[in-house]
Amino acid sequence: MSLKVENLRKVYKTRFGENLVLDGISFELEMGERLGILGRNGAGKSTLVRLISGAERPTSGSIASDMSISWPIAFGGAFQPNLTGLDNVRFISRIYGQDAEKNIAFVEDFAELGSYLKEEVRFYSSGMRARLAFAISMIIEFDCFLIDEIAAVGDARFHERCDDELFTKRADRAMIIVSHDAAYVRDKCNRWGVLHDSKMEYYDDFELAYADFKEYIGWKPPEGWDQLQVSTA
Amino acid sequence: MASAPSQDTGWNGRLQVQGRVISALFRREILTRFGRHNIGFMWLFVEPMLFTVGVTVLWTATKSVHGSDLPIVAFALAGYSSVLLWRNMPGRCIGALRANLALMYHRNIKVADIYIARLLLEFGGATISFAALGTAFVASGWMAPPEDILTVIGGWMLIAWFGSALAILMGALSHQSELVDKLWHPFSYLLFPLSGAAFMVAALPIFAQEIVLWIPIVHGVEMVRDGFFGSEARAIYDLGYLIPFNLALSTAALVTLRYVARRVVPE
Repeated sequence: MSLKVENLRKVYKTRFGENLVLDGISFELEMGERLGILGRNGAGKSTLVRLISGAERPTSGSIASDMSISWPIAFGGAFQPNLTGLDNVRFISRIYGQDAEKNIAFVEDFAELGSYLKEEVRFYSSGMRARLAFAISMIIEFDCFLIDEIAAVGDARFHERCDDELFTKRADRAMIIVSHDAAYVRDKCNRWGVLHDSKMEYYDDFELAYADFKEYIGWKPPEGWDQLQVSTA
Repeated sequence: MASAPSQDTGWNGRLQVQGRVISALFRREILTRFGRHNIGFMWLFVEPMLFTVGVTVLWTATKSVHGSDLPIVAFALAGYSSVLLWRNMPGRCIGALRANLALMYHRNIKVADIYIARLLLEFGGATISFAALGTAFVASGWMAPPEDILTVIGGWMLIAWFGSALAILMGALSHQSELVDKLWHPFSYLLFPLSGAAFMVAALPIFAQEIVLWIPIVHGVEMVRDGFFGSEARAIYDLGYLIPFNLALSTAALVTLRYVARRVVPE
């Protein structure tokens, strides 16, 4: 099974004329491959995720896949804020034709929201929303997971459990991880891409990708960076 | 714990997925609109019933000039229920896509499903209200039963068809331009007195008849009245006008829907 992206192009019409966001993006992704995409704000990372998720159509080019592809993991926007957490789980379960009760049991266990699951989501803190969103994202077993800026989710302990769910239990899946957190992408991925000026370049070595990324975001080492010693008192 | 998403292919599979999605959206819509408080989803038809009863009482009390000596209760029930049916459908579909943009991240959910779920809900609410009030009025002797129930149903379905096509057209257009939302309210308000809800076409002077018969909804309302009163009143309607109009409106709606669905940008 694989995902094949070919010559993807996305143009948005804006008030100031046409805005070319993605141009000639092509890659193939197999099961077990995790492609980390770096890029500065507005480089088109999230647009690429939306196109692959099928939420939006490309201007031209194709996305062919015999894998099932997730919505962006931990994306909380799909919640109905005036429904309870439980009703949101039921809704997603119905959309994907799954047993709601089983899914509820999993979300109860994983999100650790206790009786808050019976409250409307609009009363949740942002951390609680993130827990619910991640747990709901895990109830459907997709072949390919799309992950957009997940690093900001929850506290450290929850973070660890998310990592376990995604990268240990689902190590055999394909993933596309989009972030401007370079360390996260380095640790989790085995292939990398840097998105710049609507083009993408690919790397098998994170350090090479990171060097280019730093150049694009205009990061220059401060004077004496090479000699810098971190004190380990 | 979790299970894989079913990979349905082929026509049958896709229909199954769409049925599942629409029923999920339908239940979600009921919950978000009516909640679980007090009478919950029963507001779906209790609200239109209150409207219709209110209008019936008002028209009875003022002996509204409807240009004939037809029983006012049946006249008001048929007329006002029809208005609720065709007018609420576009009202619920305008802006529906914007409110549900985030759902586009689920690849099973199509733009059309959002509209269809809301239309089924509106149709259900208006129909239950109409049928329940009709039964209650007949049972209590306020109204004679309709002469020809099939004609009533036929007219009702044609009005629903008109309302659904108009709703999808307006809903899709409203995603392209905010003007639709602004203009719909005065438009629907002005169309109400012209829709035939409060008059019989035959009671109008000839020149006025010719004008109102250009309005497609008048034909549907007259057909419902034909079923109610039959020989007692002279209903004037032409299915040779209403059905082609509905077909053309549906085509326009589907073309616009396709245009919008191809260009939708989720937040």
